[in-house]
Amino acid sequence: MADVTLIVDGKKLTVPAGTLLIEACKSTGIEVPSFCYYPGLSLQGACRMCLVEVEKMPKLQTACTTPVAEGMVVTTESDKIKQARKSMLELLLANHPLDCPVCDAGGECELQDMTFKYGAAESKFMDMKNHRDEQQWSPVVYFDRPRCILCYRCIRVCGEGMDVWALGIQNRGSSAIIAPNKQDHLECEECGMCIDICPVGALTSGAYRYKTRPWEMKHTGTVCTHCADGCKTTLGARRADTGMQIVRGDNRDKSGINGDFLCVKGRYAFDFAHSDCRLKQPLVKRDGKLVPTTWEQAFELIASRFKQVLTTDGPAAIGIIGSNHTSNEENYLLQKFARLALGTNNIDHHRTADFPAFASALAGKAEATASMRDVHNAAAILLIGNNPTEQHPLLAWQIRTNVRLHHSKLYVVNSYPIKLRRQAASFAQIAPGSEGGFAQFIAGSDAAADSIVSPKLSREALAALRDALKQETSLVIIFGSELRGNDVKALVDFGLARSAKFICLGDYSNSRGAADMGLYPDMLPGYGPVASATTFHTDWLDEIPATSGMNLLQMMDAAKEGKLKALYVVGSNPIARYNIDPFALSKSFVIVQDMFLTETAKIADVVLPVANAYEKAGTVTSTCGDVQILKKAGDFAGVRTDFECIVRIAATMGYDVRKLVPFGGEGTRADMGQSRGAQSGEADRHAVWLSEHNLEPKMSPFDPSAMLDEIQRLVPAYDISRLSLLSGQDVHTQLVQITGATGLGHPELVLPANDTLFTSGTLGRFSATLNTVMERYSSPVEPEMVAGYDPAARQGP
Amino acid sequence: MKFSDQLEQRFAAMVTHYPTKRSVLVPMLLYIQDELGALNDEAIHEIAERTELSELEVRNVISYYSMLRTHPIGKYNLQVCTNVSCLLRGGEEILEHCQKKLGVGNKQTTADGLFHMEEVECIGACSWAPALMLNYEFHENLTPQKIDELIDGIRKKEHQ
Amino acid sequence: MAYLVSHPDEVKVVSRRFGLGAANLDRYLELDGYKAVQKAITMGPDAIITEMKASKLRGRGGAGFPTGMKRSFVPKQSPKPKYVLCNGDESEPGTCKDRLIFEHDPHSVIEGVMIASLAVGAKTGFIYIRGEYRYLVEIMERSVADAYARGFIGKNIFGSGIDLDIFVHSGAGAYEVGEESALMESLEGKRGVPRIRPPFPAVVGLWGGPTVINNAETLASVPHIILNGGEWFANLGTPRNGGTRLFCMSGELERPGVYELPMGYNLKKMIYDVSGGMIKGKSLKGVVPGGSSVQILTPDEIDVGMDFDQVLKAGSMLGSGGVVVIDDQMCIVRFALRVARFYQHESCGWCIPCREGTDWMKKTLVRFHSGGGVAKDIDNLKYLAENMLGRTFCPLGDAAAMPIISYIQKFRKEFEDHLDGKPCPYEKVHEAALV
Ligand SMILES: Cc1cc2nc3c(=O)[nH]c(=O)nc-3n(C[C@H](O)[C@H](O)[C@H](O)COP(=O)(O)O)c2cc1C
Ligand code: SF4
Ligand code: FES
Repeated sequence: MADVTLIVDGKKLTVPAGTLLIEACKSTGIEVPSFCYYPGLSLQGACRMCLVEVEKMPKLQTACTTPVAEGMVVTTESDKIKQARKSMLELLLANHPLDCPVCDAGGECELQDMTFKYGAAESKFMDMKNHRDEQQWSPVVYFDRPRCILCYRCIRVCGEGMDVWALGIQNRGSSAIIAPNKQDHLECEECGMCIDICPVGALTSGAYRYKTRPWEMKHTGTVCTHCADGCKTTLGARRADTGMQIVRGDNRDKSGINGDFLCVKGRYAFDFAHSDCRLKQPLVKRDGKLVPTTWEQAFELIASRFKQVLTTDGPAAIGIIGSNHTSNEENYLLQKFARLALGTNNIDHHRTADFPAFASALAGKAEATASMRDVHNAAAILLIGNNPTEQHPLLAWQIRTNVRLHHSKLYVVNSYPIKLRRQAASFAQIAPGSEGGFAQFIAGSDAAADSIVSPKLSREALAALRDALKQETSLVIIFGSELRGNDVKALVDFGLARSAKFICLGDYSNSRGAADMGLYPDMLPGYGPVASATTFHTDWLDEIPATSGMNLLQMMDAAKEGKLKALYVVGSNPIARYNIDPFALSKSFVIVQDMFLTETAKIADVVLPVANAYEKAGTVTSTCGDVQILKKAGDFAGVRTDFECIVRIAATMGYDVRKLVPFGGEGTRADMGQSRGAQSGEADRHAVWLSEHNLEPKMSPFDPSAMLDEIQRLVPAYDISRLSLLSGQDVHTQLVQITGATGLGHPELVLPANDTLFTSGTLGRFSATLNTVMERYSSPVEPEMVAGYDPAARQGP
Repeated sequence: MKFSDQLEQRFAAMVTHYPTKRSVLVPMLLYIQDELGALNDEAIHEIAERTELSELEVRNVISYYSMLRTHPIGKYNLQVCTNVSCLLRGGEEILEHCQKKLGVGNKQTTADGLFHMEEVECIGACSWAPALMLNYEFHENLTPQKIDELIDGIRKKEHQ
Repeated sequence: MAYLVSHPDEVKVVSRRFGLGAANLDRYLELDGYKAVQKAITMGPDAIITEMKASKLRGRGGAGFPTGMKRSFVPKQSPKPKYVLCNGDESEPGTCKDRLIFEHDPHSVIEGVMIASLAVGAKTGFIYIRGEYRYLVEIMERSVADAYARGFIGKNIFGSGIDLDIFVHSGAGAYEVGEESALMESLEGKRGVPRIRPPFPAVVGLWGGPTVINNAETLASVPHIILNGGEWFANLGTPRNGGTRLFCMSGELERPGVYELPMGYNLKKMIYDVSGGMIKGKSLKGVVPGGSSVQILTPDEIDVGMDFDQVLKAGSMLGSGGVVVIDDQMCIVRFALRVARFYQHESCGWCIPCREGTDWMKKTLVRFHSGGGVAKDIDNLKYLAENMLGRTFCPLGDAAAMPIISYIQKFRKEFEDHLDGKPCPYEKVHEAALV
């Protein structure tokens, strides 16, 4: 659009035509106050805080609804304006309970800040305030009517943003009140977006209410550890008996890939971290019972058993199962430990998507994977399989937002009428299980059509859909784990021919990282085959065993046959996940690192209590390939990081840990104090960050950032900007540099997590808040839509 | 839920008048209320379904309009205007008189369920003030006698 | 059912057929019915609009916007259907004129809607009538059905090849819905909350299509203009204020009622001559000349011609045509309280200044009137109203603020007389209620 030049407070500025005055002011650093205006949501013009003077207009105008015009002359602060704003505040406060001392929002309240700024402190009114009692609308949502200033943000974010429409407004005039969809309670996705967006303390969180004052918390921006979307979250922690206890998860930092968004898990389900069930000390099995022991004894025992098995049965008798929740550094370290210190390729993890097939199909293509940010902007999106509303809430949010704000064209192909069909320009309900067939069909196989057509989808419609997709020139193709092996290849070939970008959907917070870091028996980090020469072969001082190891199921079989003498399970619960008879492992020495006494931990010989992602530093990779940094937010007395445990075990075994972790100068690339051209200063910042986190700058073998150095250096596509990472940005990693990937992997080993919006594997089971939410819903209800609602109708010009 | 044939016909005709289904909402709610006495949960559910709205949205709308209600009231609704033109000509006194006569307060129903009484805003009878509405029927240039006659008349008719 | 009055000074245009049984279609046809629309068809859109502009007709809903100009804002080409919407929500306290038109001359409204539709190329018209006027909804529905039955509306009207539908739509009790954008929301089945403007209804209205919204009286004037010419109509009134207007005279007058008088007719004459003056034993305290939303005029301010411009100059507004005459036995605080209660009850609640302002105005006045007032209340009330003025989302906030400010400005003493715990010193007991 053409540009428009206007003058604001004497400053000349040029902005695109159609820009709202309030945004134009913001762009030049002038903050116009507002309650009801919220970027991205429909316009209200209700709070009248943004009134400004526009030359030639007799009345004050709302900056939030006025589009800029050529030659406009605007004043944003004058006595007249100040008085207008002050009087709005006086009116708001007249009926406000002024219970700031106990209000959750105290100190973080837009009404407080605004009152402070405009000095509306004198109370002119002496009549009774209108009162209404506080209500609990759901386990996590409380509503305090007298505090509400009716900015309608909650209604809009719930309806327009979440497509849930669970909040409405009832009555009129001064009796107007925000109302939940089921008269006295809510039935919704429990995302808590309404709480987050509330400028005051009217909507409060059941998980946080009256727990603390905001300034008593230490706030840490890190990454959510639940699903694979990788929302950035701000965790507020407070000192407790057990260490730093996380008491709040929210979204103060809107710079992340999730912008405004957090789902029910991100917002509330951090409480597994202080569950009573957490393990506090190492356990060893004595007389069939797990009893506490010391860390030293535990490490001694593990090291001696590993060494013993290595001598008597050889490396092939040891198996390692890694985690979808541990950091990239830990995953990398684990496979390196397996391959070098133990000398085995028997390493695997719970695979939730066919990343190897995806990597292999993409091999060598630049710019072919889409980041979460791309989803927000893509002109067209094809979604095959999966139900993002349940399994990838952020992805669903980004798709909805893109459709709403940028009119992106969404194609949904699914065997169920998933909720995102409501945003879709085209929804094809294919026959159950025919997602792969669909990929083959659009790639050209007409024969596949037979298996795809359904009572809801005719052959003609299917063909028309293919034709339409072929016309799309900037498509982002997102596919679920229904697509594997050859079908992924067919889809990728179809898309690459149209310069599409892709996202392959895996299930846990770092499943992509587990895959990228080589937790595979036949692949090294970056999907290179173990057998042929890679940089790892040259770089690692020891030799990588040349033959592929056993995969997870093969290990279990070997255990049953008594051939697997030791099994090292890091942050995984294969017994429950793969429904394995615990007896199968009775002949193996089992070591489990976990937070809880899981089904697998129960049968272990040694259990090490470890920290979770909220309690450590490192990086994780979202399913889109967005790498982000984990910062230590909480602390739980007694536990250690998986990273430290692995290093300690190696050290106790007598293995030279310098070969595992390139700490202390040699082998690091971001040496202290060096300036290296364009990257100068990076090392210094790195050091500052490390010290801030009580880590010696790469002077210790327990420093994951030393491991990150090696990852950046060796793992294809991970040569990403450290500076961006350290400053908390998400950095997209492509799969481009991966060449000669192994091939199609093992599609049959992919086991989707099948989590819902309200479950999160083991973590969810130990989240008290999530459990109270889950109790109310067998499965999330599909909220009704409000027909004929057209935000654009309220959108102004 | 089915409404009376007449109302069903009205609904069927009305939906064809507008490009969106929900456009029938405001008048339909009033007609349904006239038939049922109040917009009960069942009616709300039904109309929500027919207009493809959430029940919440229907309630949002109902609660906005002062004529719509979710709870039944007396059979005869006396709505006395006390707005300015009526006020000037004794509207508030008429209101008081009605309350005394019926023995109920504002927005209350008599024990026998016959009368409901409420003060209302201007009903467009300003030049013929004071005025009231008795179930959509205007009664104007009121005096206390007229009120007595009106109420007594109804009582007599109902007790026959 | 509404009572008719008359006075020799009346110039009957819109009320021409009142009392003549014109709700009956045959009778209406005898009284020149449906001639104007046939003439309009032959004239074509541009000529209709030219005639409307020449008539100097200004909106009778309250704001007095020139009707011809409003129609010319409607884009000629529009990808979305265009609509005509008749505003029959008549809820402004003091106003009871549209009611008479619907009752006595329903077809004139239909004809007005038709001509408006022809002027802008709309294919559908809606007549929105407030829910309380159920008997008028029924009359209008019957009239529309009669017109359909004769083929006057529907397909190919009068052989013109033009299709035109008209529907009657009932409200359900909400003053704010009379505001044009809230009216559209309500018609679309929503809460009557106004829309952000611009865009104005003429460009983006009902379901996104360009929409002409006019008051019922405005529309009922249109057939007469088409038949007799714009200039004829203009000449009935004063410069820039064409035609006649239905004035609703209410209060303690000898002959209250709705009179059709030329625009610019003297207010004092309206009260003392046309309406027979104050009833015995009472004298004039003030006049609210255009419905409860406008400023009060004191007895020495009422020698004014009743057209939009002159009343504005006199410090009030012509508004809706509801002339509320306040006698000396009405306490101004009591009056103010009643007005404040009205706006508090009718505020849609959307924006802060109106929602909170009307509530606090009412609360303060309730206490004040019952003897609990303190001196600073008077200034606080004024402060409150002044801070609403011009800052609300729609004009309802102004309508609530303006009268209160004027009462305080012009009758401050009466407010002060309520202080110090005094019960209302002006409390009047109605003779009517004593009987
Ligand atoms: C709060 C409010 C209430 C209104 N109520 C009515 C009404 O009841 N009837 C009406 O015709 N206009 C009413 N109006 C004026 C309309 O908004 C609109 O100006 C009018 O219908 C346009 O028609 P006109 O140009 O023929 O006057 C109201 C305006 C406001 C701000
Ligand atoms: S609850 Fe909060 S966000 Fe919602 S309208 Fe009220 S103040 Fe605004
Ligand atoms: S931000 Fe609320 S009115 Fe503009």
